[in-house]
Formats: sequence, structure tokens, C-alpha cells
Amino acid sequence: MTASGTPASTGPASVPHLDVDPFDMRFFADPYPAHQRLREAGPVVYLDKWNVYGVARYAEVHAVLNDPATFCSSRGVGLSDFKKETPWRPPSLILEADPPAHTRTRAVLSKVLSPTAMKQVRDRFAAAAEERVDALLDKRSFDAIADLAEAYPLSIFPDALGLKPEGREHLIPYASVVFNAFGPPNELRQQAIARSAPHQAYVAEQCQRDNLAPGGFGACIHARVDDGEITATEAPLLVRSLLSAGLDTTVNGIGAAVYCLARFPDQWQRLRDDPTLARNAFEEAVRFESPVQTFFRTTTREVELSGATIGEGEKVLMFLAAANRDPRRWDRPDSYDITRRTSGHVGFGSGIHMCVGQLVARLEGEVMLTALARRVAKIEITGEPKRRFNNTLRGLDSLPVTITPA
Amino acid sequence: MPAITFIHPDGKSERVETSGEESAMQAATRHGLDGILAECGGNAMCATCHVYVDESWLARLPDMADDEDALLDGTASERRPNSRLSCQIRITPERDGLIVKLPERQV
Ligand code: HEM
Ligand code: FES
Repeated sequence: MTASGTPASTGPASVPHLDVDPFDMRFFADPYPAHQRLREAGPVVYLDKWNVYGVARYAEVHAVLNDPATFCSSRGVGLSDFKKETPWRPPSLILEADPPAHTRTRAVLSKVLSPTAMKQVRDRFAAAAEERVDALLDKRSFDAIADLAEAYPLSIFPDALGLKPEGREHLIPYASVVFNAFGPPNELRQQAIARSAPHQAYVAEQCQRDNLAPGGFGACIHARVDDGEITATEAPLLVRSLLSAGLDTTVNGIGAAVYCLARFPDQWQRLRDDPTLARNAFEEAVRFESPVQTFFRTTTREVELSGATIGEGEKVLMFLAAANRDPRRWDRPDSYDITRRTSGHVGFGSGIHMCVGQLVARLEGEVMLTALARRVAKIEITGEPKRRFNNTLRGLDSLPVTITPA
Repeated sequence: MPAITFIHPDGKSERVETSGEESAMQAATRHGLDGILAECGGNAMCATCHVYVDESWLARLPDMADDEDALLDGTASERRPNSRLSCQIRITPERDGLIVKLPERQV
């Protein structure tokens, strides 16, 4: 947190070394015991498997997120250090940037996705949620991932961006590559990148001004070129940020919320009794499941963090999901409680890089859970949920459910 | 420690002790006060910590940054000349006694 002159010799030796591989299939299957080990081992740990530091307690995750001058993003927010390795794609102008460059691009996306912009799309998003729930009530039994968590964002977000109807099937696979690529060079990452060419080609093409419908988020970004806030070469890359981060994240967020409400009938009942809790029920699902599990930073100088000295140029892995269940910060951290005061959770990050699309995500979550709470009496899980594996995203591949109309 | 007063839309007022280092939003959420959501946790990104500052205190507030100004344009309850984001008001000893009114809605 603060600078210190302690010699580097206290480096990795003074912090607990763990053999945990947070990008292994067995870890993904049940991360909670490992999260606890990581938190309890110390405020800062060292992961020998990938030669990185790790922070899993709330206080340290929050501190790292809020000191971007020391823990930078421009060297990549995945394991790969952009100073040493060529990035797999041109770096993001916002996610993988530091101030002052970040400040300028961030201002553009903040404006495009502002509370004022949300007022303009709210009715459309809410009507589409109602329509989706209508269709699901006709079916009664369906896959809550494909037919709800994916189908709903797909029915609004690409249109809100202004994308052409053709080729949208590339969107989720592209995002899956992006989030796998933050991980280490394991099979998930290698395979994802090996198969990414067609998805990358689609995305590069759709980010061009001519391919974005007027009035959409994409066109609004390009319009900033005209007032000189960004250049014509920067605009497509900023549109790409929304294509990368704006769809699969909300799919996993909505999937998490439905999975929680289906698993915890008492919370579902509370939501039924008071549908105005929908927005917080979504937020609590983002805390509880943390659809984005981890991000890295790279140190720009030697730094002391809670007694551990970390040298310059080291990768630090932030366990957002573990911080969101740290008993030092949260009462009954492992309970899904839709009336919890969720303010301060790090599921959307914190500090200057905190999710610029958080208002979009909350709006989608709120209107979908509101529609469900008003129209559906019961959600029952009718088969074994299947997990989807990704180096960064946590979510399900399928969740068979049956719903009963209200 | 400095204390501040929140007045609810129904006129009920609530006095909250602050730690001396925190923002009005942090003091409110720490005390479980209804009416401040603070969805972004104080990062000036959500506009759900909106308050109307008592006129007599306006001059003693920190200057408004551009991002706060832009966010206030999108508040759920109408923006007024005394609208501020409570996460951007640090409660220093000079602001001991601050009075703010809560809007009808935050989302
Ligand atoms: C539940 C859904 C979502 C979750 C859990 C989520 C999570 C996150 C997190 C943890 C970060 C911080 C990254 C960092 O600190 O390095 C982030 C940043 C970002 N998110 Fe989201 N996100 C969600 C939805 C969205 C949506 C809907 C959009 C676009 C419309 C979006 C666009 C972005 C962008 C562009 C950034 C980079 C911001 C910056 O670096 O300043 N996200 N998100
Ligand atoms: S808490 Fe989000 S803007 Fe103040």
C-alpha cells in the first residue's frame, strides 16, 4: 500500500508459498475451499505454479485496485506481461491502459453508458425481459442458461450497440476467448486463441463506424471522434471493449442470479413478496458468485503491501471472488441474502477501472428479475447443472429448470 | 467526531456519527441508513448516493468534479441546484453538523 525501502531479499521468501493453481479444472469445480486457504494463509501469498503474488482478502484486493500508479494495468490484466510478451490482440485502450491515457478513453465510455443513457434504454430492456418471460412461461421447462441468461442479453445488447443482425453468433465465443486469454498458458487459453481467428475478424469488422446503427452505443462512441475526444483509429477499439466485456459478463451475471434464486427458495419467496428487491437480488448474486473471478495487475515499483515486499515488474493476482466472501468484511459471507447491503463488493472491481458497464449490467439484472418475480411462482432445478470452464468467468453451461406461473 | 444529519423524504431526520475520515455516503451505509444505495461503493460511477444539501452548507462543500456533474444529470429524482453525490463529500471537522435531504428515489 505504501512505498518502503525494505530490501528485495524479503520478497517471495517472506510470504506464504502455496501450490494452488487457480486456473485448474479442479479449482474451478469448487473454488471455495481454495479461496479460504488463500485468504487464511496471509494477506499476500505467492503462487509457485505461475510465479505470481496473490491477494484474496478484501482489504488487500481493495487496496491493490485503488492504487493504479503502483499496480498498473498497461502491462496486461492477465498473466501475460505486455512488457515481455506480445499481446495476443492489440491491447484494450481502457482496460489495459493507465492514466493519463485511460482517463481520456474512460471519460468517453462513461458518457456513453451514463445514468442518462440508461434512462433511454430502460423501457426497451424491460419490455424485452417481459417478452422473454412470456416465452419461457409457454415452455415451462427449459435451460435457464441458453434460454434465459443468454437469450435475454442477446435480445437487447447487440441491438443497443447497433450491431448488424448477421454474425452475432460470434459474440459469446469471442468474449470467451478474451476472458480465457487473461489466464496462464494452459489448455483453455491455448485452444481459445487457436480458434479465435474467425471471431476476431467478425469483431474487427463490426467495430467500424459504417457497421454501427445510428443512435446505438457504438455510434455514440464514434461520434466522439467528431468533437476530437478520441481519434478515428481509437474509436473501433473502444467499441471492441463493449463487444468483449458487455455480453458474456451479463450472461454469467443473470445466470448466477437465477441459479441463486432457484437454489435458495426462501430468497425467491422474499423477492416474490417484494419485487422492488430485484435490483439488489442481482447485485448480491454478483457478490456471491462473482462472474468475473480474477484480474491481474503488474507492479511499477517495489512496494510494501500489508508487510510483504513485492519487487518491481511482478504480477499480482486479485481474487475478487474470495474478497467478496471474506469474513473480515462480510457477515455470513457464504449466504445469498437479497436484502444485504452489497455496497463495496468488488464483483465489478473498484477504483478507476471499476466496470464502466455496471449500469447496463444492473439494469438488465433488475428488469429480468422483476419480470420473473411478478410472473413466476416457482423455479425448480430439474437436472444436474453443468459448469462452463473459463480462466476468468464463472458460470454454468446449462441449468435445467421448470417454472410454475404465478 | 463530526456528525451529520440526513432528512428523509417524509421529514424524519437521522443523525449519523462519522469517523472523521469518511464520506457522507460511507457514514450513511455504515449505519445502515435507508435512502443511500451507493451501488458503486463511492467511485463516482452510479449516482445512487444523491442528496440535496441544505442551502446554508453549500459554500462549505468541496468543488464538484466533471464526472460528478455529469452523473448528477442522470439521477433518478430530479437534479436541483443543491444536488450532490454524498460519496464525494468528505466529512471533515469543518463539515460537522452538515444537513442533507434524501431524494425520493435513487434508482
Ligand atoms: C455482471 C456483469 C459484469 C461484471 C461482473 C463485470 C465486471 C468487471 C470488472 C471486475 C471490471 C474491472 C476490471 C479491472 O479492474 O481490471 C470491469 C471493467 C470493465 N467492464 Fe465490466 N462487468 C460486467 C458487465 C459489463 C458490461 C455490461 C459492459 C459494457 C456495456 C462492461 C464493460 C467493461 C469495460 C469496458 C471495463 C473496463 C473499464 C476500465 O478499465 O476502466 N462490463 N468489469
Ligand atoms: S456511491 Fe456511486 S456515485 Fe456515489
